[in-house]
Amino acid sequence: MSVATSKKHIAAHVRMSYLDALMQAQIEEMERDERVILMGEDISVYGGGAIIERFGASRVWGMPISEASFTGVGIGAAITGLRPIVDLNIASFMYLASDQIINQASKLRYMTGGQVQVPIVFRVCMFYGESIAAQHSDRPYPLFLNVPGLKVLCPTSPADVKGLMKSAVRDDDPVVFFEDTKLWATKDDVPTDPDALVPIGKAAIKRSGSDATIVAIGGAMRFTLDAAKLLAEEGISVEVIDPRTIKPLDAETIIRSVTKTGRLIVVENAHRVASASSEIAAVVCEEAFESLRKPVIRLTAPDIHVPFSPALEKGMFPGKHQIVAAVKKLL
Amino acid sequence: MSFNDGQQREAYRRMLRIRKFEEEGTLLFTAGTIPGAFHASIGQEAAIVGACMALGHDDLMTGTHRSHGHPIGKGADLKGLMAELMGKETGICKGRGGSMHLADKSVGIIGESAIVGGGIPLATGCGLSAKVRGTDQVTLCFFGDGAVNQGTFHESLNMASLWKLPVIYFCENNGYAITTSVERSHAQPSIAKRADGYGMPGVSVDGQDVQAVFRAASDAVSRARKGDGPTLIEAKTYRFDEHNVGLLIEGEPYRSPQEVEEYRTHRDPITLFRRALLECGVSETDLTAIEREVTEAVADAIHFAEESPFPDPATLARDLYSNPVGDAASLRVPAT
Repeated sequence: MSVATSKKHIAAHVRMSYLDALMQAQIEEMERDERVILMGEDISVYGGGAIIERFGASRVWGMPISEASFTGVGIGAAITGLRPIVDLNIASFMYLASDQIINQASKLRYMTGGQVQVPIVFRVCMFYGESIAAQHSDRPYPLFLNVPGLKVLCPTSPADVKGLMKSAVRDDDPVVFFEDTKLWATKDDVPTDPDALVPIGKAAIKRSGSDATIVAIGGAMRFTLDAAKLLAEEGISVEVIDPRTIKPLDAETIIRSVTKTGRLIVVENAHRVASASSEIAAVVCEEAFESLRKPVIRLTAPDIHVPFSPALEKGMFPGKHQIVAAVKKLL
Repeated sequence: MSFNDGQQREAYRRMLRIRKFEEEGTLLFTAGTIPGAFHASIGQEAAIVGACMALGHDDLMTGTHRSHGHPIGKGADLKGLMAELMGKETGICKGRGGSMHLADKSVGIIGESAIVGGGIPLATGCGLSAKVRGTDQVTLCFFGDGAVNQGTFHESLNMASLWKLPVIYFCENNGYAITTSVERSHAQPSIAKRADGYGMPGVSVDGQDVQAVFRAASDAVSRARKGDGPTLIEAKTYRFDEHNVGLLIEGEPYRSPQEVEEYRTHRDPITLFRRALLECGVSETDLTAIEREVTEAVADAIHFAEESPFPDPATLARDLYSNPVGDAASLRVPAT
């Protein structure tokens, strides 16, 4: 065996935050492939300065406040040989860009009969729970589940955010990459191998269990894992699944779990109506109805905008006690 | 830069190919052989061909819902285009795009956007890409007078000028966004003047004069290739037919029949160019030969398209993804 291979096994992991893992993934992909460029507003701040220094201005493009168009500039660049990461900053801003994401990026390959491909990543940060009110607090990923041609990712761990960002950059299709800022500070082991990828379209079982299945998306994972611990202390065993990719959904892993547990709770911080939870509940009801021993429960934000006042915002998103209560209700 | 002898004939040939392709297409649409909606470029051939002729083979283009003229102007084969109009498997987009989306990558077209103004950022991205990749490709971005009022026009021209991107923003100003005239929708009716706001040259040109358009486009291409940045060209042209074939708009006409007749009779770009060619010494025999050749090429394209099969419904999901993930069954394709 070569020395390089054995070295790989020595320092296989390093502990780092979700945000650092995300930055590292982008830097490593830019090192690996000169076609990868970064585009976004105020990209030189928040650690971006170092990236410009390393790769130069032709790889890192600071954008004017023109979301509707610089998104399309990325798409045009993707079609003609580059692999852009377009940083759309705060998720509520992506509506301005959504025409280009939906009408161009998601459709051009199909509409041209495969003549063009659109290898692009849209990086979107979901901020909420910080008293910044409804125009800065959206978790809009469910809207994009209804768009054929996109891949929609929503990872929750540092290792997954790194491995999935790398897969997204290397994928030949448009990927919308939702990062949950509630997870930015989460620290965990992350593989150091620059070619360690997490496959798009595969869920992860975060915790095995037998009494109920909880599917948790994005920032909802923190309280779900807390709730699972509390329940374990009471002798209740829950299986926690992180879909990681929410389009195309790994329905198989979820259904296999529900077949075992007979109970399903889906937890997320998006609004309730036509949410990812709605889709997951529908798929399970269609394909594993006989396995369900109780109705599916969705724990989501209500169908109400995120308010400014901390007094109002406090109760918007499902917390660990609600998750514990929901599991107990099903037992 | 003016046409050389070969370019003159080629420009005439391409203009005529657009005209005949669309005249026959109109008949096929009316007969029901071509489904959907049919937006003809008839009357706008000089603007399209004059601009396309200024490009090299490796240059890039984006277009609009009035999409037939752009690939033909850039030199595309007619067979795949006609088959696409009929929704056939052999269509350039395999029957997934149709009349408003005749993008032919083999001649550099990356997309024809039926979202008005949607192609302008894409063309700007082609320019950014050429700059990053270090090629000397330029991109020709077609759009109409209506698109000038979209935010993407403003945002894109600002970026292109800021970074000196090699893009030619080419407005086919036919005077009307469906029924809404430039006068009723543009606070500044001179579209070329808008370039001042972005610090780039703005040129207004007679879009019925293919040689004038070619000269303006050639200047813009040469500027772009030298690294001097983008140019906005406004080609004043006219569409002879309705917004789309068969469209009936009730009430007071938005343009008078006399106005349409005036353009058809006195401002037909093909008639004007034919006359100019004869005046500069091209023989009647040569022109007739080109006309015969074009008529045959269009007939061949129609024959090819009619003989071609429709796509197999089992291929519905094909080309949605480059790398499909998971079980194809998860697409829940309805059984046929």
